[in-house]
Amino acid sequence: MTYNLETAEHPEKLRRVAIDPVSRVEGHGKVTILLDDQNKVHQVRLHIVEFRGFEKFIQGRPYWEVPVMVQRLCGICPVSHHLAASKALDVIVGAKRLTPAAEKLRRLMHYGQMLQSHALHFFHLCSPDLLFGFDSDITKRNIVGVAAAHPEIAKRGVLLRKFGQEVIRVTAGKRVHGTGAVPGGMNKSLTIAERDELLKDIYHIVSWSRDAVHLIQKVHIQDPGLYNSFGIFRSNFMSIVGHNGDLDFYHGTLRARDDNGKLIFDDVDYQQYDKYIEEEVRPWSYMKFPFFKSLGREHGWYKVGPLARVQNCDQISTPFAEHERKEFVDYAGGSPMHAPLAYHWTRMIEMLHAAEVIKDLLHDDDLLSDDLMVEGERKMEGVGVIEAPRGTLFHHYRVDENDLITMANLIVSTTNNNQAMNEAVRHVARRYLHGREVTEGLLNHIEVAIRAFDPCLSCATHALGKMPLAVELVDPEGNVVHSLSRS
Amino acid sequence: MTAPVVVFAVGNPSRGDDAIGPVICGRLEKWLENEGLADQFELIEDFQLQIEHAMDLQDRQLALFIDAGANTPAPYSFQRIAPAEGIAHTTHELPPEAVLQVYLQTEGVEPPPAFVLCVRGEKFELGEPLTAAAVSYVEAAFGLLTRLSGQPTLLEWERAVL
Repeated sequence: MTYNLETAEHPEKLRRVAIDPVSRVEGHGKVTILLDDQNKVHQVRLHIVEFRGFEKFIQGRPYWEVPVMVQRLCGICPVSHHLAASKALDVIVGAKRLTPAAEKLRRLMHYGQMLQSHALHFFHLCSPDLLFGFDSDITKRNIVGVAAAHPEIAKRGVLLRKFGQEVIRVTAGKRVHGTGAVPGGMNKSLTIAERDELLKDIYHIVSWSRDAVHLIQKVHIQDPGLYNSFGIFRSNFMSIVGHNGDLDFYHGTLRARDDNGKLIFDDVDYQQYDKYIEEEVRPWSYMKFPFFKSLGREHGWYKVGPLARVQNCDQISTPFAEHERKEFVDYAGGSPMHAPLAYHWTRMIEMLHAAEVIKDLLHDDDLLSDDLMVEGERKMEGVGVIEAPRGTLFHHYRVDENDLITMANLIVSTTNNNQAMNEAVRHVARRYLHGREVTEGLLNHIEVAIRAFDPCLSCATHALGKMPLAVELVDPEGNVVHSLSRS
Repeated sequence: MTAPVVVFAVGNPSRGDDAIGPVICGRLEKWLENEGLADQFELIEDFQLQIEHAMDLQDRQLALFIDAGANTPAPYSFQRIAPAEGIAHTTHELPPEAVLQVYLQTEGVEPPPAFVLCVRGEKFELGEPLTAAAVSYVEAAFGLLTRLSGQPTLLEWERAVL
């Protein structure tokens, strides 16, 4: 865990290679690589181009607007923000414990979100790399190429995603800008017709999710030289874990382990997160760098998301996913797996777990209950934490006596993974770009490393023509000698 | 019954001129109701186009994608599109042509005739309202849209292509 390659000694003498923005990643990102005349890598940084500014945007708004507003943070996982904000505001309205119906409906919504997000990421963001190889023809290395070569896989990806969206629609009320969760509970339950419609498809969804785990397991095991080492770095890891140490995406306490799997802290109430986690600002990036206070900035950074969660929990409560977790742990040989490409394997285990949980919830009549709201003693401050598809997501708010938000602090999953992604990119740059001419295939290796984390680097702006991909080569004097763009 | 025309309106309402799609969608919904045409159209608003939108093309006679554009012609462009491979570098937000291609590949048949109404945007900053320029572009585009909606046939829409 070092900062090697973060800052070059004499950057003014180096050639700059920019990948801007990183393709197939939500929002805008930029990787800069400073090379010397011999193409030796001196500095590698993953930049966040755009300032989010969302915390300021929220301040001064009535707190009950927040669960709807924050969905506009991200077009890919608005439900995670909707629920994390609702959980924080549950604390403020004194809802210490939701009704069983409200909690199960929120879980259903969230696990639908996990299912559709993981399906999208695997089948349509990463399967082109995994099925065709990192150096394959770029015009085919996308979902359209996957659909042409593997139509059944592509179709399952579409249907898994569609099913997850339907779960969200019936629980949140709408496909986007849903209002299902409110401070203190939910504002709608499921109708029998809605539940039965989902029940028709859920057994296919579980079956396809199992197949997806086996597909990525096979890909991984067939090429251990690549999959166990590509972009590898060791780090601490963190997630929330549920009751009895279960994998839990919706609620639990904070647990962190070091790179050997030894506990750093456990059973931490996330209302106290700021006693354990600090956020550092660095001059070259708009995105903060969080770290564990007890270990300091140099040794305290960590990774989050599927690879952290599946190895941080003690068990998974659903049988198929638990079986797959054990297979993964056995493959890792009893110590934590740190290879970034193992994110894909664990992501599919999580998708399977989400499908199984949805199946179980759909058989629970509490989903039909109208007992949806609780309230209690009003508080001025609350923290909500959830395991979003990309990792641990913190929402922290303070309100005044007029119910207006006076402070908002969000640590999004990608911020938690900021240092980890930088480390992966540095490792790949060191191994694959060192001393070589830069080619599109080589640059894609860096993108592959970033995509393994499924980062969400910006808000949901995407207007047609707004996301070109440009590569620039700049000589030691700062002159652009070559550029390449995709649009 | 499936509405014969599906309209996708894409954008983030909190992101300046990225709200063009949702704004037009809201106006169109009211207009269709007032004109008694609501049952002929299904309006789908979303932040981004995605693979599952291919499923919304099933059993349609016409499809329309409405979106803001950066550095695109003002006030708008209106064009027919076809399925296309390899034109996207991102799958986190698909261009309309790729949605059609996903439909073609997964359903094994041609998608319905599809058009894009791309309204130029100028600024896409968080928390900003539509720019004055975008308001005028929306006004112009809405004039075309009401004309198209009043005559939802392939022939009329092809005649309107700029």
